[in-house]
Amino acid sequence: MTALTAVAARLPARRYLLGAVLAAWVLGAVLLSGRDTLALGGAELTPLHGRVNEVWDTVDDNRNSNPFFLYFVNYIRLVLDESVTFVQALLSQPSFGRPVPVLGWLGVVAVAGAVTYLFGNLRAALLTVAGFVSFGLLGLWQESMDTLALTLTAVAYSLAVGVPLGIWAGLSDRFLRLVTPVLDFMQTMPTFVYLAPLTLFFLIGPASATIATMIYAIPPAIRITAYGIREVSPVAVEAGTSLGATPRQILRRVRLPLAKRTIVVGVNQTIMAALAMATIAALIDAPGLGKTVLKALQTLDIGSAFNAGLAIVIMAVVLDRATTAAGQRVAGHARRRIEIAALLGAAGVAVYLAYTYVWAAVFPPEADLGPYVRQAADSASVWVQDSLTGFTDALKNAVTYGLLNPLESLLAGSPWWLVALAGVAVAALLGGTRAAAVTVLGMAALVGLGLWQDSMVTLAATLVATALVLALGVVVGVWIGRSDRADAVLRPVLDAGQTMPAFVYLVPILGLFGPTRFTAIIAAVVFAAPVAVKLVAEGIRGVPATTVEAARSAGSSPWQVITKVQLPMARGAVALAANQGLIYVLSMVVVGGLVGAGALGYDVVAGFSQHQLRGKGLAAGLAIVVLGIVLDRVTRAAQARSGSTKEDVWRVER
Amino acid sequence: MTDDPLLRVRGLWKIFGPKAERWVGSPLSRRELKEQTGCVAAVRDVGFAVRPGEVFVVMGLSGSGKSTLVRCLTRLIEPTAGEIVFDGEDVRRADEKRLRELRRHRLAMVFQHFGLLPHRRVLDNVAFGLEIRGSGKQERYRRAAEVLELVGLAGFENSYPDQLSGGMQQRVGLARALAVDPDLLLFDEPFSALDPLIRREMQNEVIRLHREVGKTMVFITHDLAEALKLGDRVLIMRDGELVQTGTPDEVVGAPADDYVRDFVSDVPRSHVLTLRWVMRDPLPGEPLDGPELGPDEIIRNAVRTVLSADRPVRVVDKDDLLGVVTSAEILEMIAR
Ligand SMILES: Nc1ncnc2c1ncn2[C@@H]1O[C@H](COP(=O)(O)OP(=O)(O)OP(=O)(O)O)[C@@H](O)[C@H]1O
Ligand SMILES: [Mg+2]
Repeated sequence: MTALTAVAARLPARRYLLGAVLAAWVLGAVLLSGRDTLALGGAELTPLHGRVNEVWDTVDDNRNSNPFFLYFVNYIRLVLDESVTFVQALLSQPSFGRPVPVLGWLGVVAVAGAVTYLFGNLRAALLTVAGFVSFGLLGLWQESMDTLALTLTAVAYSLAVGVPLGIWAGLSDRFLRLVTPVLDFMQTMPTFVYLAPLTLFFLIGPASATIATMIYAIPPAIRITAYGIREVSPVAVEAGTSLGATPRQILRRVRLPLAKRTIVVGVNQTIMAALAMATIAALIDAPGLGKTVLKALQTLDIGSAFNAGLAIVIMAVVLDRATTAAGQRVAGHARRRIEIAALLGAAGVAVYLAYTYVWAAVFPPEADLGPYVRQAADSASVWVQDSLTGFTDALKNAVTYGLLNPLESLLAGSPWWLVALAGVAVAALLGGTRAAAVTVLGMAALVGLGLWQDSMVTLAATLVATALVLALGVVVGVWIGRSDRADAVLRPVLDAGQTMPAFVYLVPILGLFGPTRFTAIIAAVVFAAPVAVKLVAEGIRGVPATTVEAARSAGSSPWQVITKVQLPMARGAVALAANQGLIYVLSMVVVGGLVGAGALGYDVVAGFSQHQLRGKGLAAGLAIVVLGIVLDRVTRAAQARSGSTKEDVWRVER
Repeated sequence: MTDDPLLRVRGLWKIFGPKAERWVGSPLSRRELKEQTGCVAAVRDVGFAVRPGEVFVVMGLSGSGKSTLVRCLTRLIEPTAGEIVFDGEDVRRADEKRLRELRRHRLAMVFQHFGLLPHRRVLDNVAFGLEIRGSGKQERYRRAAEVLELVGLAGFENSYPDQLSGGMQQRVGLARALAVDPDLLLFDEPFSALDPLIRREMQNEVIRLHREVGKTMVFITHDLAEALKLGDRVLIMRDGELVQTGTPDEVVGAPADDYVRDFVSDVPRSHVLTLRWVMRDPLPGEPLDGPELGPDEIIRNAVRTVLSADRPVRVVDKDDLLGVVTSAEILEMIAR
């Protein structure tokens, strides 16, 4: 809402109209409260949902007879399932007639350490070894290896698809123009939304999980590879051409080697995205740590959730450091042969031991410190809840009663036609006719999907969360943008926040606030705030130093410098932060459904677990997408209209 | 030197922009064309011939179209119109494959910003052209080491480009071009990114190499002093057009227009002009038994002889008396 008012503030003529619309809306809402709200109970279905269920059942019945499934979908499923199973057989599951995986824990630790050392450096290798050992110590060896297996499989396929496409997009302007909107769409789409349709085709299990992970992990692979290829110095390419190199030789000997470092950054991003999604895919029964967290969340078992969350964090840190070290190494020189041989020999011995002896294959149960961690987390949570109740309750109540409830009754508690009318009017005033047209279509879709009221409840929560994200983004972003020290301290925290899989946030927040709508909002804020903060900070830093200096020399106070110079000049970045904040918040709607948010998030989650709610879950997923598209379009149009951003600003973060 | 040119260019045009062919031959100036059509005429109707063994310098201010011109010669930039004949072969007719052959064996280019590959050692950078055309490892390393020796970089084979100074990096660029043993070397402002001292050193290096390996060179520069120092002949460009072609002393002694005159006005003429430019017919009764000098003697080098002689110096070409020079002519030229 802040974003909207900020925009409105610069459109004096339209401001009054907007005020009038809002006033009429509020008045109408008060008078007509509770009428025509299109409410639909948690277990109620519309005919549409029923029909989707029927279609779904039909698909299930014909899965093994319809040629499309028989010769296409089922093959993909088979290949992916087998791939995951194969990697699991290496890392985590009993295999090939043995009660243990091929690589026991010692083997995995040795191989991971050796590989990290060869491609990275000693520090990263030591960190990797310590991290892997800690999975065992937390009592989560097998779960961790399941997650790793799914992540690695998805990464392998993502790179196999993404890097060649990225190279193509790097070489061909036309192909780049073609894929960019597709990638934009893939990345704006809230992550959980495509889980349900995937299970329709690929069933619940590793195949769907792999594909979901790939959808999430391929875009960064393509984008960053393309960028790396494009970024190669044109002089080097020209020099190659002038010596008579063929396009193929240029690619192999000039572009790829020079882009290697950037491509490794892409690999890093792909791995991090894959890990995040691999844990989330627990919702469709993907094996591993995500499932442990999910189960613990559903039973409000803070200790177990924390324990598994910790393992996910450790894995994220290890994978991130290891690939970053590999990226730094790329430019360096090759390791000596003897070093390589010694290292491979040692790893080989460890693998042999793990293959032969039980102590090296199965992580020793005596060393399981998981129970202590769980207990400690539980008591910490209890203590925090007890001693901070005053504060947390105050915060919770302030937001719930001050923002959430009024907005919710305005959106969800008044007649749908009033809300739709007001919404379209607001969109038209802020973003013009096209934004209004998109809004009309979106509203119609929401009504058609039979989920109007749930959508409005979710929208209210989304708007509140976005407002909080933006407030946090501006305050912290300005601080970081102005102070190098704050930047040095906070940036690593933000980076970490962005690399952490979304599940992990839920645990401490749930511990603090218990399962409520507010918890879901806070989780979304934590997830989305780092992006917003970074964007605002970039914007503030982008203000020319001389302009700031001029303002200061004219006698402005720091507050005046911020409000009169830096923020106005960075308004493009603030707008982008609002837009991105919205999209990030929306992608957490389903996660919110796990911790008490209700509405669309709950519908989606329930759809995963209850047979007769599948159709409704699918519709809820679509409704989230619709909300996303409408909000994205309206905020962009509003911003473009007020003339503060050029189109390319929007590309920064994508 | 034979008179058969190694490279002959006629009516060359390069116009950037949509429907560029339409504007070939247009009498509009570059600015007018840009305003009316949005196209940029980078090279307009340029023609010249480069003789074997010659250093041919193309000189012009920034934006005059030099880089575009030199890239058109090997079709790194596709010309819009015109004729390019290299050693009797029409380059514009060459297909992809033939063009690659030409680039691999007969022409090589040195770039202003070096264009080295940072991930390869110096030796591998120099051997790059040979690798591209498929030479074996042994042979290309042998040849690369040989060329590195020639450009004075022996001992740096295993360094990486970023470990070398700018001047040394350009020596690598030069070695890479020389390694393929081309018939024609193209230089696009190779020394403008270097500081003045190194630049002079590199110019002398090119002169030395030219003497030692005798390659034909087309050398692009925006620096008049460099042009006059290196060039056997100089082509001056302005706004894509050829203004004048000639030997350094022709350019300085007989500028084609005010633009060139202005350009060369700061050049110490005695360093460029030859006796041919100051000699006069002997006056009746003048003694003709003074010392002899050739007509292509640079004035600066002749000053001593002329000033110390007590009678007119005779300018003689193969026993023909072309004219005489006395202190008066020398002093007048220097004073101008
Ligand atoms: N790819 C291109 N598209 C459009 N215009 C171009 C292109 N390349 C060059 N030009 C234009 O052609 C003209 C000549 O450029 P060129 O680079 O050949 O000049 P130059 O003499 O080499 O200048 P410099 O000394 O700065 O290198 C310039 O006006 C330039 O803007
Ligand atoms: Mg140039």
